Amino acid sequence: MKTLRQVGIVGYGAYVPMYRLNAAEINRMWGTSGAPVEEKSVVALDEDTVTISVECAKQAVRRARIDPSLIGAVYVGTESKPYAVKPSGTIVAEAIGATPSVSTADYEFACKAGTEAMQTCIGLVGSGMQRYAMAIGADTAQGRPADALEYTAACGGAAYIFAERSAETVAYLEASYSYVTDTPDFWRRAKEMYPRHGNRFTGEPAYFKHITGATKGLLKETGYGPEEFKYAVFHQPNTKFPITVARSLGFSVDQINPGLVVGKVGNTYAGSSPMGLAATLDVAEPGDRIFMVSYGSGSGSDAFIFTAQDALRDKRGGPNLKGFIDRKRNVDYATYLRHRGQIIQ
Amino acid sequence: MSVPRYWRNEVPRYRLMGRKCVACGARYFPAQPVCTCGGTEFEDIKLVEAGEVVTWTVIRSPPLGYEKYAPYVVALVELDDGMRLLSQVVDVDPADVKAGMRVEAVFRKVREDGPSGIIMYGYKFRPMVE
Ligand SMILES: [Zn+2]
Repeated sequence: MKTLRQVGIVGYGAYVPMYRLNAAEINRMWGTSGAPVEEKSVVALDEDTVTISVECAKQAVRRARIDPSLIGAVYVGTESKPYAVKPSGTIVAEAIGATPSVSTADYEFACKAGTEAMQTCIGLVGSGMQRYAMAIGADTAQGRPADALEYTAACGGAAYIFAERSAETVAYLEASYSYVTDTPDFWRRAKEMYPRHGNRFTGEPAYFKHITGATKGLLKETGYGPEEFKYAVFHQPNTKFPITVARSLGFSVDQINPGLVVGKVGNTYAGSSPMGLAATLDVAEPGDRIFMVSYGSGSGSDAFIFTAQDALRDKRGGPNLKGFIDRKRNVDYATYLRHRGQIIQ
Repeated sequence: MSVPRYWRNEVPRYRLMGRKCVACGARYFPAQPVCTCGGTEFEDIKLVEAGEVVTWTVIRSPPLGYEKYAPYVVALVELDDGMRLLSQVVDVDPADVKAGMRVEAVFRKVREDGPSGIIMYGYKFRPMVE
């Protein structure tokens, strides 16, 4: 997919809460072994998807150096909305000063809700309907105690402000692509606290099929080969999957390493590939071409090609994602439960 | 806190918006209806989001609605523009708080009106992240 007028990212922000639960602590709790990630992020007592989104959004506005009242769209992609009914986007838009001349909505598509919001913002800016549009992917992911997801389900997010490509944008979009089928690999019914998943079914027919489909589709549409990208980001539910899918598609570990944050923060669901892109933009140089693919259960993938521009060097000031990843405090399992609101006082 | 009262104070609490007396320039946060000079005309001002801890206390017996956050730190923060305000300081062990500690504003949950009521958000401060 290509836009009528060229679109770029004018500001971005990414955030991970400071608390971490190490895989060793979960293994101690359940008498298990192995670690799909080294450790995962845990929210503070007063954090949720809305506060994470605001943190990312404020960073993005500051770096973009724009008047937030000119932002015409704020879309929050998440599967952990604090309210079942009441948009998260209104709170975020109010907190950053984008109200009242703004369109807001919450997007839902499991782990690709954030990139689905990005596609919409690209469309709004690419069509000329909006000057600035913000997409956020953020989650405080749920995993049932002792379930495989508990080892990885984590908290974090990233925000992107899209604008017409100019000398002010930090990276411009070359093209995007979406690949979706109905695949019941992971779901959560209304009023259920935790999601359910199809165990091994979540791999080959789900994650791998859709990321491969989106990647091949976008490469075919643009005529690029994997070697023409400096960096690549694939959705990161654990450390193994993105490495495996990258290799099978002809990308190298060197290309994905800068954006591979899952080992230190866990799977931040809708925040996952957007955070990977932010970590990559934090180190990219002007001219570097970046390939990015999300994956959301249900299922689908969005793929994007961005090329870094000169403004990136001077518009990524302040703490970057690595700064937030390094600012950490490990907690024990009981403290983790308390922070997740699972201890009744 | 009632829903209408929370709603009326959203902008100042979400964005750290204060007011300046048009007559004498005195700044207020939160806003006051009448200035010490007698002036009643004000303009909105955006507070600076960085400052330092002047003094602080650790709340161990919190008021109703704040129980789940205890123990927590409440500090008098002097912003870089000289304004002073009271705020929780989060993402820090109470034992590690010091006078002069650099802090920055963050957007957090302040309290919840039970599991079915509204979630009230607002500013707090945290040690500055470099
Ligand atoms: Zn006055």
